[in-house]
Amino acid sequence: MKTPARRRFDTLILGAGGAGLRAALQLARAEARVAVVSKVFPTRSHTVAAQGGVNAALGNVSPDNWHWHMYDTVKGGDYLGDQDAIEYMCRAAPKIVYELEHFGVPFSRLDNGRIYQRPFGGMTRDFGGEQAARTCAAADRTGHAILHTLFQQNIRARTHFFDEYFAIDLLRDDEGAVLGALVLEIESGEPLLIEAKTTLIASGGCGQLFRTTTNAHINTGDGMAMVLRAGLPLQDMEFFQFHPTGIAGKGMLITEGARGEGGYLVNREGERFMERYAPHARDLASRDVVSRAIATEIREGRGCGPQKDHVLLKLDHLGSGVVAQRLPGIRDMCRTFLHIDPAETPIPVAPTAHYVMGGIPTNRFGEVVAPEKTGAEDPVPGLYAAGECACVSVHGANRLGGNSLLDILVFGRAAGKRIIEFLSEHRNHRPLDEAAVERALQRLARWDRRGDGESVATLRDELTRLMEEHASVFRTEAVMRDGVDKLRALRARIADVRLRDTSRVFNTARIEALELENLVDISMATLAGALAREESRGAHSRIDFPQRDDARWMKHSLYWRKDDRLEWKPVRTKPLSVDSFPPKERVY
Amino acid sequence: MRFRIYRYDPDRDSAPRMQDYQLDDIRPGMMLRDALIALKAQDESLAFRHSCGEGVCGSDGMNINGRNGLACITPLAGLKEPVEIRPFPGMPVIRDLIVDMSPFYRQYRAVKPWLVREDPEPEVEVLQTPAQRARLDGLYECILCGCCSTACPSFWWNPERFLGPAALLQAWRFLADSRDQHSEQRLDQLEGPYRLFRCHTIMNCVEVCPKGLHPTRAIGQIKATMLKHAI
Ligand SMILES: Cc1cc2nc3c(=O)[nH]c(=O)nc-3n(C[C@H](O)[C@H](O)[C@H](O)COP(=O)(O)OP(=O)(O)OC[C@H]3O[C@@H](n4cnc5c(N)ncnc54)[C@H](O)[C@@H]3O)c2cc1C
Ligand code: SF4
Ligand code: SF4
Ligand code: FES
Repeated sequence: MKTPARRRFDTLILGAGGAGLRAALQLARAEARVAVVSKVFPTRSHTVAAQGGVNAALGNVSPDNWHWHMYDTVKGGDYLGDQDAIEYMCRAAPKIVYELEHFGVPFSRLDNGRIYQRPFGGMTRDFGGEQAARTCAAADRTGHAILHTLFQQNIRARTHFFDEYFAIDLLRDDEGAVLGALVLEIESGEPLLIEAKTTLIASGGCGQLFRTTTNAHINTGDGMAMVLRAGLPLQDMEFFQFHPTGIAGKGMLITEGARGEGGYLVNREGERFMERYAPHARDLASRDVVSRAIATEIREGRGCGPQKDHVLLKLDHLGSGVVAQRLPGIRDMCRTFLHIDPAETPIPVAPTAHYVMGGIPTNRFGEVVAPEKTGAEDPVPGLYAAGECACVSVHGANRLGGNSLLDILVFGRAAGKRIIEFLSEHRNHRPLDEAAVERALQRLARWDRRGDGESVATLRDELTRLMEEHASVFRTEAVMRDGVDKLRALRARIADVRLRDTSRVFNTARIEALELENLVDISMATLAGALAREESRGAHSRIDFPQRDDARWMKHSLYWRKDDRLEWKPVRTKPLSVDSFPPKERVY
Repeated sequence: MRFRIYRYDPDRDSAPRMQDYQLDDIRPGMMLRDALIALKAQDESLAFRHSCGEGVCGSDGMNINGRNGLACITPLAGLKEPVEIRPFPGMPVIRDLIVDMSPFYRQYRAVKPWLVREDPEPEVEVLQTPAQRARLDGLYECILCGCCSTACPSFWWNPERFLGPAALLQAWRFLADSRDQHSEQRLDQLEGPYRLFRCHTIMNCVEVCPKGLHPTRAIGQIKATMLKHAI
């Protein structure tokens, strides 16, 4: 293969969602040379789909402070979150939201002109007291409003975009430093080398692991898999969130904001069953709690519909005014996909794959950390990660609604700041490692093999069914072992997959093949961690180990691709300035 | 169900052609995007953009039985057979249903679609009443899918000089924002016979917008504001 063209930047950002664009803005305003690479045009990134809002203790609607928000986040994460990072995030939240407003985000407003905030699950006042209204919203299109605004401010700051370029692999030299990445220009099919002093991965989540998902087709965890192939670990991958209210059988999300505005769930008998599972918070308990409750209702035969495979979300008592004003996007979606008006007819919903708590291990500065030299907190030189692909960890074992938009913005910005510091100390590029370039090109070249073989679509379909069957809401050793065996077999079959589309121009089949490889690696990380963790914590519920076990398992998992190896590292329980929140029994 | 789909791969084909497809497994509630994914499983060389599957990312705009729309929110049920699918009209085709959207994005950038304020930044939010905020409804929701501009005859003939409905809708989105302090500059920028005034109120844009937005009304409001501004 001929040597690819090269470009050089101070910083390469892989991903143009909220995390990537927030970091890019920080850097562009500091006059760093930034390249933002995205496999889709920036405003098509999946941040655009976020609905309900972003949490910040502004106190516009009910009294609030960041410390209460911190408590909720620690508890919501079932005590697996790192409390230094959580304190940092909750303290930074109000500033981050005001900044967004100044950038132009069209937040909904209260009568006094301030930003509208709605109640969301797991949000309380006074360390577990009354429900808090903390989630700042632009109707039910908050992600769209934020992503478009950040894109607009980046155009203004003259950020350099590489739209529709697909990142293949990181370039890492013998000393472990990351020097940029090999990317593919999708339109021409030509590879391009982007050399950079610093590389930030902001490639989003991997909801496409599962067949029914709220995530877009592009959410294939590419950046996480790149990290695995670079010999680095992923953290806490066993924790995958199932959102309680995806449209049954289809997957589109109905925001938690629908319950925040007063909606509630009922089973086949019309019973408001959340009262049994979470007497205090009811429908606004944490997501893992509500999803398990729905799954239990369905398993015990109290599901609705002919298959008894879903429950109903009732909004018909709210009045069409509230629905039109606060949930217009949800109303459109129900009309389009269900031919119902949610202001009149309840919505069929079921737990749906939604969000990955695990990811690329980082510290609260956005630096990727891995146990390579002195300990698990060693930064990998030149490599940063932020957003859903990263694991800081602020969400621990279960993310609270409205905390992801916050996470991507806070740590996108923090990573940008850290990179600026690094750049001021490191003025020159390190020499590029040609062997690393060769390895990355090899990965691409494998897909030029011709001949007969299985299709990408077949394997992707099998994979997502496998994950749905073997790594879902409730887990057991036997089911997961079986899953690992099947996954190993599937992984081996990738070698026999062949592309029929051999065109260079906008070859989407080749892109999907590369995504399939990524999904398979991430599936293994997920199942390996889930099988090893013999307890139930947050989103990870083992029928065979129903209790949380802090003595043995209050620790983060690290998974390496080589030999499917696992290691463990301690939770950072010490916050920055306040007292630690020690683990307690978690009731809502 | 029968489909006729525009195919063109510059790597292989000397000219575009229409290819017939047949899909047997049609389930109730299926959208056109689901059908395209199923067809791609049969013939992986069929190329189209798509992502969110729920009408918010704006990736899968195309011409469906002569009308621009998003495949993911177009139900198969209402479509006449064979369903004829083509790339957006008037745009350079890259491959199959994928067009080069850069003229469209250029015009978006040209209206400087970002909030500008001159006042010092307050420590908290800039206040805005619910009524002021309501003026942005029907404007900020645009997903930049391009269905409107690529259905607009004035845009086909003057893609470099006429801004087109999507960009003009965004121009108005910032003019209408009580927080923005660059109205003068924005209005000045829209002067001249082409940028704004090539709109002949043909309304194609309104008819096709999958988000139910109304670029023609926004264009009218810009014109009215300019008039007031001139006096
Ligand atoms: C339906 C839905 C609703 C949600 N609602 C809320 C909410 O109300 N509140 C909340 O806090 N959270 C919400 N979330 C979660 C939150 O929206 C996401 O976690 C967050 O937006 C992720 O942002 P990101 O920047 O990390 O990634 P994304 O926005 O997914 O961006 C990833 C970027 O990486 C690029 N990329 C990926 N792979 C490659 C590659 N190989 N090469 C090049 N580029 C690549 C993509 O093109 C994209 O630009 C919601 C999630 C979903 C799915
Ligand atoms: S109303 Fe104006 S902008 Fe809309 S299609 Fe007609 S000419 Fe184009
Ligand atoms: S105005 Fe409507 S049709 Fe035009 S780009 Fe925006 S969403 Fe698409
Ligand atoms: S796939 Fe996102 S709008 Fe159709």
